[in-house]
This record gives sequence, structure tokens and C-alpha cells, in this order.
Amino acid sequence: MSNVPRDLRYAKSHEWVRLSEGLAVVGISDHAQHELTDVVFVELPAVGRNLRAGEACAVVESVKTASDIYAPISGEVVEVNAALPANPGWVNTAPYGEGWFFKLRPAAPPEADSLLSAEQYESQVG
Amino acid sequence: MLKRTPLFEAHRRLGARLVEFGGWEMPIQYTGILDEHKTVRQAAGVFDISHMGEAFVRGSAAEDFLNTVLTNDLRKLGVGQGQYTLLCNRAGGVIDDLFAYRTGPLDFLLIINASRVDVDLAWLTARLLEYPGRDEVQMTDATDRLSAVAVQGPKVVEFIDAVFPGSFAMEDSLATRPSELKRNRISVFSFAGTPVWFARTGYTGEDGFEIVAPNAVVNEVWERLLSVGTPYGLKPCGLGARDTLRTEMCFPLYGHELSEETTPVEAGLEVFVGWDKADFCGRQTLVAQRAEGTKRRLIAFRVAAGAPPLREHYRVLADGGDGTPLGETTSGTMSPSLGVGIGMAYVPVEFAEPGRPLMIEVRGRRYPAEVVKKPLYRRPVGTVPPKPV
Repeated sequence: MSNVPRDLRYAKSHEWVRLSEGLAVVGISDHAQHELTDVVFVELPAVGRNLRAGEACAVVESVKTASDIYAPISGEVVEVNAALPANPGWVNTAPYGEGWFFKLRPAAPPEADSLLSAEQYESQVG
Repeated sequence: MLKRTPLFEAHRRLGARLVEFGGWEMPIQYTGILDEHKTVRQAAGVFDISHMGEAFVRGSAAEDFLNTVLTNDLRKLGVGQGQYTLLCNRAGGVIDDLFAYRTGPLDFLLIINASRVDVDLAWLTARLLEYPGRDEVQMTDATDRLSAVAVQGPKVVEFIDAVFPGSFAMEDSLATRPSELKRNRISVFSFAGTPVWFARTGYTGEDGFEIVAPNAVVNEVWERLLSVGTPYGLKPCGLGARDTLRTEMCFPLYGHELSEETTPVEAGLEVFVGWDKADFCGRQTLVAQRAEGTKRRLIAFRVAAGAPPLREHYRVLADGGDGTPLGETTSGTMSPSLGVGIGMAYVPVEFAEPGRPLMIEVRGRRYPAEVVKKPLYRRPVGTVPPKPV
């Protein structure tokens, strides 16, 4: 059973979103990091880039696979986790904490997005 | 329905993540590829290699017959010695790479790749039918009744003798215990009365053994290894770590660096060809390539720090300007030992010298790389494995 924090919202593609001071912090779920196994590389989007919900914007690679990360909501990238590329293992050890990827300024209010609640995501991944 | 080795339940109990490999359901990892890789380099790891094939070739003409189909020279082998060798088609293309052991004066054991068992045996059978001395050769496929495990790492020699308690040398044993075997040597030992082969070889670059056992006892061998080895740091390891370990050593993997479209000379394996022996399948092409040179060569390279992990089928380009395409990577990974992306590729021979800059294309971006001498990984000074004889 993976860890699915209740205060976050989730995309079907396994990204999580935490709203904090008007910004959306984005990472990947515990389920996702477990499926990936040891993360050895991450590629983050450029600050200033405008993303549409569902757009591929980052890459996470394990020894065996490379996976795209998709913008869970539309918005502008205002900050990235600059320490993450040098510490890719944080994605495995702290997927909801130090392993965060980037922060977006949302283009639309939260009610307008189609993110899943923790319960909905949990029933998706089992 | 995927095939399963006798150790399948053991893998499940250990929580292994299973994948399909060559028609088999095999463990790709247990605790994690990076952890398992590091464990083999620093302590010890045990791998299920039961999916591999075993064939016995015996008789007064066995050596001569095998010398007509394998590249390396079996005349070099005394009883209990083994050699890496290749099986080539008539154009010098590689059908398989394998290990051949002389287990008796007229007896040979071949250990062949899981993905090539059927192809190899069909080829050998066909060649044997054409061989004039075929009445003096008996070939048996023992794949279905034999299993195998590989136990690899600097600590293995410290616990391997305890795996079989009591005296386990058999009448024909070369050594009284496994730890006395020199590199590339094989002997039979008694595992509670059942003969089991121990060979001091491996595919990781570390010291260790490959143990070939009848299906009925391989679970006990596995459990016994874990029981005596765990206090020394032994862990079960899967195919993921097996791949990163062999890539660091630049050991070829059939289907990647080797195929029927590549020759041992192009792959840099000339030392495993018996140039002085009588004719063998593919010899003509190999001799010509050795004399005239080849158009392409297998190289190893590393990318700059910070580049993504490498994988197979990434484009390799000439450095600078137009970035002329040179080929594709045959293998690649993020080297757990070196912390950078590493790989191998066939490139035009002009680009094959160590130090030559290249570029590797990953997702449309180009990253600087450099050709390096093989192997990519070298054991730290002072920790040399036993010398081959």
C-alpha cells in the first residue's frame, strides 16, 4: 500500500499538487517512485515556461526506464527544486518532501482543475 | 506462459520484482539495482542464472569437433579449465558467446545464453551431422535438468567453503575446496552426495563462482549460500544489477554488442579466437578482418557528468559542427560505481581511439562523451581477483 497524503491532490499520471501561498508545488507520488525504482536522473523544466495541463514538462529516469512528468495543471513555472538533479534519490526517499520537482503559478483557480482527491487517486492505484 | 526456474518461489518470498527475459519470468531486482550493484562490488551478491543453457559434448572427437565450430582453441584447456569463446556462422557473424569447460579428458561442458539455447543447439546439431567424425562425438542438451546460480563479490571467497559443510571433494575433484580453484577453473564437488559443478568465473568483474546443480538441489544451494553468506553482506541480486555490473566491465551481451551481424574482430574479441588452429566456421572472414582491419569497431565511452543515463539505441554522433551520425549505442546505463552515464557502441574505426570526443543524443539534446579504453570500471588498487592460470 503506498502513501497517499490526504492534503494533496493528484493527477491520473501520478503527479501530486500541494497549494502553498498561491503556488502549486508538484512532485510524483509514492506509488510512482516505487514503480520507477532507483531514480538516478531528473530533468526539470525551465523557470518561466508556461505549461498546459497534461503537457510533458520534466523527465525522471531510473536505471531501467525514463518517464515523462506531466504538468498536473496549467501554469507558469516560477521555481524548480535546484538541489534535486544532484540528489535524484530524494524522489524515492522523500517523494512528498525534498523530492519535489517544481512550483507553478496556476493559470486558473483550483476549482477549475480536474485533479483527483487523495481517495480517488488511492482507489486508482490500489 | 513464461518459464520459471526452480528458484521462482524463493524469489517471490524475497519480494523480488519480476520481469520477462528471454521467455523466462526472472527477478530484475530485490532491494534495488543500485544497492545490489554496490553490494556485489563491495561484498557479495547471488544471482539465479538457471535460465542459461548447458550442453555436454563428449567423446574422442569432441575437442576436434568443437574446435571446428567455436572460435577459441580448446587445445589450450587442461582438465578443469575453461575459456570464453564464440560460436560463429560461416560469415564470421556471432551466433552466441559462451563459456566452454573441459570437465574430463574427452568431456566438455558448454554454458550458453538463455536467449540462444534453441538456436545454438540447432546449429551445433546441424554441424555435427556434417562432421566426419560424428560417431566419436556425443552431444547432450542438459538445460532442462540443470540449474545454476552465480555468487559474485570480493567477500565470496571468505564464505564459499562453508556452503557445503564437511569434506565435499569428490574423487575427480581438482581441488579439495572451492576456494582453492583458480580463476576459470571448474571442478565437481559433492553437495550432500549430489555432484555439483563450481566454476571460478562470472559476468560481473568481481571474484566469484558459477555453480551448476541439478534442479532438485538448487533451492538448497541457494538457501545455503544465503545462510552462510548473509553475515558477510551477501544479498540476492537480479538481472538489473547483472546488467549494470557487466556494462561497467564492457562485457558484451548477446543481442546488444553481439549478433549475427557482428564479428568477434569488430567486437574487439580477437584474443578469444584461436588463430593458429585448424579451420573453423567463420575463420576466413575473421582472418581477412584481422589482416585488413574492419570498417567499424566496438567502443566504450562515458558521457559528461550531469548527462542523463544512457540506454541502448541512442544515436552516437561525431563531435562538433555537423555531428555526423556514427551509430547507435548497443548498451548504456548510469554507472553506479562511476556516477556517470556509460555505454558501448559500434562506430567507424577512425572514431574508435580512446580519448576521441563524441556526442550522444538523448531526447533530441546532444551531450559530450569520450571514447575510453575498456573496461569502464577498474577495481580499486589492492583488491585484485585471483589470477587466471
